[in-house]
Amino acid sequence: MSLTAPSAAKIGHPNIGREPLWVRVVVIGVVIAFVTLMLVLPLIAVFAQALSKGLSPFVEAIGQPDSLSAIGLTLITAAIAVPFNAAFGVIAAWAIAKHRFVGKSLLVSLIDVPFSISPVVAGLAYILVFGLQGWAGSWLIDHDIKIIFAVPGIVLATIFVTFPFVARQLIPLMQAQGVDEEEAAASLGASALKTFWRVTAPNIRWGLLYGVLLCNARAMGEFGAVSVVSGHIRGLTDTMPLHVEILYNEYDFVGAFAVAALLCLLAIVTLILKAALEAFQPEVAANAV
Amino acid sequence: MPYDLEHKASEAGLTAPSNALEGPPPEDRAAVSVRGLKKQFARYPALNDVSIDVRPGELLALLGPSGSGKTTLLRTIAGLEFPDEGQVLFDDVDVTYASAAARRVGFVFQQYALFRHMTVAKNIAFGLSVRKRKDRPNRKAIDARVAELLKLIELEGLGKRYPAQLSGGQRQRVALARALAVSPRVLLLDEPFGALDATVRKSLRRELRRIHNAAGVATVFVTHDQEEALELADRVAVLNLGRIEQIAAPDVLRNHPATAFVAGFVGEANRLEGAARGGVFRLGALELAAEGVADGPALAFVRPDQFELAGQGLEITVERVTLAGLITRVDAIDAAGHRLEIALPRGTEAGALVHGAKVFVKAVGGRVFPAT
Amino acid sequence: MVALAPHAGSPPRHPSAARRPLFRRRSAVPGFALTLGTTILILSLVVLIPVSAVVIRAAGMTPEAFAAAAFSRRALHAYYLSFGASFLAAMVNGVFGALTAWALVRYSFPGKALVNAIVDLPFALPTAVAGVSLAILYAPTGWVGGFLAPFGIKVAYNPTGVLIALIFIGLPFVVRTLEPVLRDLPIDVEEAAATLGAGRFDTIRRVIVPAILPAWLTGFALAFARAVGEYGSVIFIAGNMPFKSEIAPLLIAQELEQFDSAAASAIAVVMLGVAFLMLLLINGLQAWARRKT
Repeated sequence: MSLTAPSAAKIGHPNIGREPLWVRVVVIGVVIAFVTLMLVLPLIAVFAQALSKGLSPFVEAIGQPDSLSAIGLTLITAAIAVPFNAAFGVIAAWAIAKHRFVGKSLLVSLIDVPFSISPVVAGLAYILVFGLQGWAGSWLIDHDIKIIFAVPGIVLATIFVTFPFVARQLIPLMQAQGVDEEEAAASLGASALKTFWRVTAPNIRWGLLYGVLLCNARAMGEFGAVSVVSGHIRGLTDTMPLHVEILYNEYDFVGAFAVAALLCLLAIVTLILKAALEAFQPEVAANAV
Repeated sequence: MPYDLEHKASEAGLTAPSNALEGPPPEDRAAVSVRGLKKQFARYPALNDVSIDVRPGELLALLGPSGSGKTTLLRTIAGLEFPDEGQVLFDDVDVTYASAAARRVGFVFQQYALFRHMTVAKNIAFGLSVRKRKDRPNRKAIDARVAELLKLIELEGLGKRYPAQLSGGQRQRVALARALAVSPRVLLLDEPFGALDATVRKSLRRELRRIHNAAGVATVFVTHDQEEALELADRVAVLNLGRIEQIAAPDVLRNHPATAFVAGFVGEANRLEGAARGGVFRLGALELAAEGVADGPALAFVRPDQFELAGQGLEITVERVTLAGLITRVDAIDAAGHRLEIALPRGTEAGALVHGAKVFVKAVGGRVFPAT
Repeated sequence: MVALAPHAGSPPRHPSAARRPLFRRRSAVPGFALTLGTTILILSLVVLIPVSAVVIRAAGMTPEAFAAAAFSRRALHAYYLSFGASFLAAMVNGVFGALTAWALVRYSFPGKALVNAIVDLPFALPTAVAGVSLAILYAPTGWVGGFLAPFGIKVAYNPTGVLIALIFIGLPFVVRTLEPVLRDLPIDVEEAAATLGAGRFDTIRRVIVPAILPAWLTGFALAFARAVGEYGSVIFIAGNMPFKSEIAPLLIAQELEQFDSAAASAIAVVMLGVAFLMLLLINGLQAWARRKT
């Protein structure tokens, strides 16, 4: 129960790498080569391409109105989808981790469904509900509401693909924490809301932040689902990843990679914050995959 | 819910508050009353028609093996579990389905359940500070109350620590203070010493008694340790398989167990399997009065100190002799191979008690129950 | 001081405390009905209803139309490429991911913290960025593609390009599922094996491999499942030629561009079926892993 207990992660097993030295060297060498080729090189290539003509074309490319509006739309989308999924994650984790009921594991599997569905299928699903021929299509036309090929569709598709992130982060964390503290709060007369805000919330804040971090990275970077529902209208329904595609297909490599470089920075910041959280609050990293 | 800081009658003395306020004498009224509780868990009944009264100011132990339903009973009183049938009454008011928050009980959890992100002082103040604004004492009053409780549990000066910085025994006392802060109608403790090592256990037992006396609040604690229950409690309720076997004062329980289970579970009685006929229990040449026990197979429970050496009786073979203070403990085995533990006053026939010696014993006391 | 002051609050006197409530209280932790109801409602609106729309759309087709869309030669080739490349990519990740996890848990080496952090890059990097970057790297004029071109190896705009992209996005799964299991392996078991005279490789083969096999298979299955549905990182490097380098998700997108949502749904149902089977497999594997630990 102590937070200060050293985690197994930090202790490691320094003294039992008893394979012969040459084996160790080969394994480490292969790992570093593989990681460099598959992960580091693509990262470097993005910045190299973006800056291949120098800094000012890079800055200029990002300053384009279409790029700026893509950045704006990406920020708006994340600003809606991430809090929505964070709230859902907390509510779902409260029901699932703090209570016993029949069908719990089925519910957990259903929450995970968006992770096992192709983003393109997700986009298709929303078109079938909200598109012109969709279930809600004629109602939406009558009320002059546009969802598909418009911003709401992009937000909905993003909510779908990032749906499980916070919930699956919080459920195991809250299960491990048990219900003792909540029961203690209840027996001391605390109302439901006070129990949550004063007892549960402080215990889950780092796990929540971790989930939000991963959720945000995916929300800002989602391509497949958004691509299907967006309609690719420049300056209107174009998010940053979609804008990368448009510029790339127009052979504007500096422009494409300039926007891509911004998204790389997002990924790098995410990884740094994630590593810091894992070092500082080891128990939050229980469910990285 | 006015907050009564002035009510310090018991601070100097260790007496419970005068029951003149309460009207009828304590024995006539129950602080908590449980009637006909039933609760079924997936496979087995956790509570099977349990009724019990907790008297004002008393210290009651719920004693039983694991799975006997004692913790379920405690949690049902607290409103942490809800029964399938039956009633829970606080001062004759039905609270069976009231929430835990509405009951104003003090509950001390087995693992203490301290709020780990709050200081000790914040933990203790929690129950007061979450009250609705109109019922909430002001900050000064809360601080004073916390200081008072820290003094009671003898942890003055540790208010700013976090639970992780305390020892197990200190955490337990903080949990106790946190539960007492709300002036509970009843204090409930789930295996209060379960998570502590043996030496801390003993000193905390006295501590709990002292704090109970000072607080004067009816207290119920759950334990599987009969020594703990018998030493600490005013009355002990023995539970087995979701039923109450007996509720009585410790010496009554020891000397007049109501059922074979109580006789076997409380104290360290030897269990002898024999037969009763005409009001006498016989096992070999050993005889024991068994008035009112129907003829047939019977069980006798004889404490180690209820045996005496004799010229005739049950023949036993001495296996091991241990000197413990004023008592000589003898581990022996009878002709049928049953192990017996016998405690004799020191010096009795010391010469005869060596490994392998065959001696006769008789029982000078013990309880007989029909074997079922 | 801690007196039971008789005036200090009384139990609720409203009759509802005495009568059994309509929905029997099950737990002292509040909010169960509210949070579970909200969870199911939102889950239905966001996930279940839209996904069922796909199934219902496909179910409305005649069997002939469904087969024509879902099992056309072009579609069959797309499945073949999607599943085949995903399987190969998961295999590659199974090998290199296991080595990476092993090195991260058992060895210390310069740059370990960096390797550890960057393993998660595919989780954090937008797939479209990975796609354009890999495309430019492996193009015949790119840093890696240019190096391979003289040997006649073409990666980009080729099924091999699909494989590269799928390796990239699946890489963390095997590493991150194996790592905790490797870390929790009790050392004394290995030491016991060693004292019993087992050589180091015997110990690995007979003690460690069986212990981590369920987690390894789980990681493999997760990487495979992710790769099957992947879109963004693949389409830039694949070239997207029908019967050659066109993956199944792309085919769905193309049907949609033709406004043929029925055909798109038919292919999507096949993909959903595979995803469902993978989910069952992964759950089974995880249950097996839990029994083993």
